[in-house]
Amino acid sequence: MMDAFNIVLAVLVLALAVWTVVARDTFTAVVGFVAYGLLLALVWVQLHGVDIALTEAALGSGLTGALLLGAAQRLRSNERPARRERPGRLTHLVAALVAGSLTAALGIAVLALPDPAPTLAHETAANMGATGVYNPLTAVLLAFRAVDTLLEATVVLFALIGIWSVAPDAAWGGRPGPRHEVDPQGPLAFLARVLAPIGIIVGVYIFWIGADLPGGKFQGAALLAAMWLLAIFAGLADTPRTSHRALRLALIAGPVIFMVVGAAGVLIAGAFLAYPDGLAKPLIVLIEWALFPSLALTLALIVAGPPARAAE
Amino acid sequence: MSVALDVFTVIAIAAGVVFFLAGTVGLLRFPDTLTRLHALTKADNLGLGLIVLGLLPQAQDWQHALKLVLTWLLVLLAGAAASQLIARVAHRAVPPG
Repeated sequence: MMDAFNIVLAVLVLALAVWTVVARDTFTAVVGFVAYGLLLALVWVQLHGVDIALTEAALGSGLTGALLLGAAQRLRSNERPARRERPGRLTHLVAALVAGSLTAALGIAVLALPDPAPTLAHETAANMGATGVYNPLTAVLLAFRAVDTLLEATVVLFALIGIWSVAPDAAWGGRPGPRHEVDPQGPLAFLARVLAPIGIIVGVYIFWIGADLPGGKFQGAALLAAMWLLAIFAGLADTPRTSHRALRLALIAGPVIFMVVGAAGVLIAGAFLAYPDGLAKPLIVLIEWALFPSLALTLALIVAGPPARAAE
Repeated sequence: MSVALDVFTVIAIAAGVVFFLAGTVGLLRFPDTLTRLHALTKADNLGLGLIVLGLLPQAQDWQHALKLVLTWLLVLLAGAAASQLIARVAHRAVPPG
């Protein structure tokens, strides 16, 4: 019974992936991509990767979907002329060759894995006691492979700086996006008023539970970002001035505290991002608390886009 | 008792699936945006409602049951708001008459 469900799920995911790739219209492809991401989250649930399922649904499908929708909207005006330009036969051939060999290489790599596959799960389980957290994923992300998480948190900040840097000179330091004027009695304002409190509670809960159960700062921050964006799109809030010093400090606070803790590890525990004995849990909690608001702000501002209105 | 509850679950979920099927057929077959939205709300509201109703007797405890009901309410809220927004855009795009 479960096998039948998994087979149907796998076929659906593959079919949707192909459909997304061959869709002619950008908007259609984005809709396909979002649905594909949600199905992929179901696949992760079936593989007992609930953490990854949450991340896929919140970031891979939700936040990226919102970004791509914005991009599709901007591309709409020159979609027609772009479609009329047919790439030559050689371009087709090279693209097919590159994509085909990449797929083949991935397939060979997966099939060549030894059975049982190499795993560090046992080492992780054996050493988790030293970290004081009970979710093995959190232990890996913030203790054993903390440097990966540090790079992830920094790279979203760089992405935001990249987005801001395409702002027109006149709007530099101003507010991103248009001011949304929406009917205050309308459905969007209603949704923002009712859903935002619920979403904020769920976001903080997912962040808080991350130490022991599936969840964490990235997923929780994505939910908070979504709620803030909902209020912005509903006209109940406005995007902040990007030149605001408090905003900029809040954006870098998380990664900076993470780096300070990491650098302190060199002096005290002998290696970058090494935690002294007995202090692992409090330091992990400190880093998580510092990253959570910074990430929520960064993710929301990435979707909000480059500054578009001159600073007043 | 448990057999009766299982039968209730099967009937309620089967009814929910019928609404999902009808909603999907309507979405594919109805002629314009507003009627298609009308078909979609049947799947969202009644279909999911019946499935949640059918799953309630199978929940481990009342907390899980409450989560199921809350999920349905959230889908109702999001579905109703999104339908309204799409309908407004469709209504403005096509002049009445």
